[in-house]
Amino acid sequence: MKALRFAIPLAIFVTLAAFLAVGLTRDPREVPSPFIGKPAPEFKLTQLADEKLAFAPEDMKGKVWLLNVWASWCVSCRVEHPLLVEMSKKNVVPIVGLNYKDQRAEGMQWLQRFGNPYALSAFDVEGKVGIDYGVYGVPETFVIDKKGVIRYKQIGPITPEALEKTLLPLIRELNA
Amino acid sequence: MLASTFACGQADEIAHPDPVVEQRLKDLAEELRCLVCQNQTIADSNAPLALDLRNQIRQQVAQGRTDEQIRAYMVARYGDFVLYRPPLKATTVMLWLGPLALLLVGAGVFWTVVRKRRPQTTTPGPSPGRRAEIEALLEERAGKPRGSAPSGKP
Repeated sequence: MKALRFAIPLAIFVTLAAFLAVGLTRDPREVPSPFIGKPAPEFKLTQLADEKLAFAPEDMKGKVWLLNVWASWCVSCRVEHPLLVEMSKKNVVPIVGLNYKDQRAEGMQWLQRFGNPYALSAFDVEGKVGIDYGVYGVPETFVIDKKGVIRYKQIGPITPEALEKTLLPLIRELNA
Repeated sequence: MLASTFACGQADEIAHPDPVVEQRLKDLAEELRCLVCQNQTIADSNAPLALDLRNQIRQQVAQGRTDEQIRAYMVARYGDFVLYRPPLKATTVMLWLGPLALLLVGAGVFWTVVRKRRPQTTTPGPSPGRRAEIEALLEERAGKPRGSAPSGKP
């Protein structure tokens, strides 16, 4: 019975340590997306560059693509932007921008200044499409497959690590 | 939909609030978490997203949606985390029942330990014969002058 007196607190400690070891490596502010595995919500918006042209996600059916939510007022977006520009130069995957709660002129200027990796940018001035996609911070990036299903959501800027370890392998897998 | 005359892309809180709608908005918004300032409700938060969502709720209430429908709208987009009262599901069972279970386990341990200890606090007293001897010794010692009695007590 003596061993039991030590065994119980030890067991409690080990259990607690295990939970902490896993829990402390995670970001408590991250809210996982309920859209993983679900079809990308439909919408129709004008394009940033030309308000006479429209864009809807169904236009991209049959292709694997990224929907990158960005804005000219978003500082973190500048951090990931060079990565996106590089990706577009290598033609890795088509990237469609969602210009979130921005102004046309400022959005266009920002792209001229920092580079335009987007096949096009959809202009979501009121942020309604952002809400429909569960966007709560900018930048966010969705990986959408050929059938229009959201397969992954990157919360925050795309880091080189996230790109190498998660995004590129997933894109390759979906393109296979 | 709100007219896109707002240059910054944001909507202002409306100028002529309908009290019934505002009350329903308040009740709903106070149970929804602001995803940006995650320790505040959508009712309290000043984040632009909270403002947008309050306007969304206003519109939906005006359109005649029920509270359940509006909550479902939010959960569909942001997940269960947006609700301040998480639903009881397989994944949240631990959250809801955990504290009660811990309380019961703690109470159980407390009860068991106390029960085990009680008999030890009542040590059996000396047998009558021994008791007489002890009393005799004590009287003898009391008779001796102070200072000469070897006492262990400080």
